[in-house]
Amino acid sequence: MLLKITGLNAFYDNVHALKNIDLTIEKGEIVSLIGSNGAGKTSTLSCITGLVAARSGRIVYKDRDITNFPAHKIVGLGISLSPEGREVFPGLTVEENLRLGMYAKGGRKESAPYARVYELFPRLKERNQQIAGTLSGGEQQMLAIARALMSEPELLLLDEPSLGLAPNLVLLIFELIKEISKQGVTILLVEQNANMALLVSNRAYVLETGRVALSGESGSLLNDENIKKAYLGNVS
Amino acid sequence: MAIFIQQLCNGLALGLVYALVAVGYSLVFGILRLINFSHGAVYAFGAHAAFFFVGLNFGPVPAIIAALVITGLLGVVIDKTALAPLRKKRSVPIAALVTTLGISNIIQNLLVVKFGSQRKPFPDFFNLGAFTLGGIQFSSRQFVMFGVSLVLLLLLLLVVNKTKIGLAMRATAQNAKAASLMGINVNSIITLTFLMGGASAAIAGGMVGGYYQVVYPGMGFMIGLKAFAASVLGGIGSLPGALVGGLLVGVIESIAALYIGSNYRDSMAFIILIVVLIVRPAGLFGKNEVVKV
Ligand SMILES: Nc1ncnc2c1ncn2[C@@H]1O[C@H](COP(=O)(O)OP(=O)(O)O)[C@@H](O)[C@H]1O
Ligand SMILES: [Mg+2]
Repeated sequence: MLLKITGLNAFYDNVHALKNIDLTIEKGEIVSLIGSNGAGKTSTLSCITGLVAARSGRIVYKDRDITNFPAHKIVGLGISLSPEGREVFPGLTVEENLRLGMYAKGGRKESAPYARVYELFPRLKERNQQIAGTLSGGEQQMLAIARALMSEPELLLLDEPSLGLAPNLVLLIFELIKEISKQGVTILLVEQNANMALLVSNRAYVLETGRVALSGESGSLLNDENIKKAYLGNVS
Repeated sequence: MAIFIQQLCNGLALGLVYALVAVGYSLVFGILRLINFSHGAVYAFGAHAAFFFVGLNFGPVPAIIAALVITGLLGVVIDKTALAPLRKKRSVPIAALVTTLGISNIIQNLLVVKFGSQRKPFPDFFNLGAFTLGGIQFSSRQFVMFGVSLVLLLLLLLVVNKTKIGLAMRATAQNAKAASLMGINVNSIITLTFLMGGASAAIAGGMVGGYYQVVYPGMGFMIGLKAFAASVLGGIGSLPGALVGGLLVGVIESIAALYIGSNYRDSMAFIILIVVLIVRPAGLFGKNEVVKV
């Protein structure tokens, strides 16, 4: 087991955002975390990455308890996050953003991580001297994912990578997610686009108001009547 | 003409010192979005530290270095004891601002307790004598002050723009949360920022002490405000802006002293500040925040 979360609770002042979350991820899987706005998806990722404190519960990564580890120590362990809303460094170049992605690797100037992300995202190679704030939304999303890959993580957390993108770009992003997974990266994928998320993932958790409402094989969730009604809309 | 050139050189030398103080405002503002009004008092502390170490017969250069270290540490102590707890409690921004005003008073009063409130003579320690160039007489102090400040400012720009730690500083200034996800220890960056701000203020304080040959606890008030005006003029948060803003304030006030009257010298910085806030609030090098798509 790569990641195991048990009984996780988190609060924002008095808002009880996560209620006894249990979640596991096996090496090599794509696990998706779906649910409507405000369900607690981002909060779950924030607890894993140390951005939000866990009030109780445990987060164990590769047999190591990482609950409430400081955020800057997480990436060095092999977990990296492409955050909701991209959060690229808008005033820095694409290349500088990528270089920051491997900040935790110490002083070594490796070229392998660049080669890998430039192969996945040729667009970023063309634009590597462009200021990130002037990229289009889709390009910024690619940069956020590429930056997260620069540390060569074992576990990649993706928070709503398809948010706000045109349909053809959404398809491209999901193709890339599959490709990254094939390269051996374990992925926890947070999505509101439940249909797509269930199509690419092995297993899924459905969050409702801070609780795990349902979990299981993605294929069987795709055919679940309740899920269809609540999250998938009119799937043909 | 001779007097104009003399005033211009005087303005350039003072201007770079203002720039050296202004980078302290800009560094802290860049990372914390906080105007650190204790910075003028930190500068006065630095001048007194240099005065103290010179008095112990350290010799000028070691005295300045000792002052730089202790004043840099003062900056860090201010942050750790007074500002970091406010950030941790996520208090409103105005609380930190008012805190820096309070710290300014505490530092000044400590200086009064230790050194007395009177003006104390500071040794003329970097005077290499006057010299004449093209029939115009110059004091070498100006050139030493100009040269030292310029080297330090360029060094600072080099660190921020060309090193790994500088990249981490720029990243933290733009998005602290994302920076921490990259593995950057944001608290260490903040500490470094206060260290650099305090150290450069100490060098500025030591040099101005030597330039006018006087130190006193209230000496940071006016230069603190002028440097603040300079950083707003350049675009607060921008280091090249602090450099250009400092030079402009220094030159404008020296020229104004010549043509309008020396009584108006100190008011020029504030006239500049007001005009900038009305005409171009982001300053010369300030960017309007880039909006994410
Ligand atoms: N910074 C915050 N301050 C206060 N409440 C928050 C904050 N972030 C999230 N919340 C609340 O926590 C709950 C879960 O939010 P979030 O994890 O962002 O949901 P999701 O990512 O599934 O849309 C929501 O009720 C939201 O309003
Ligand atoms: Mg979210």
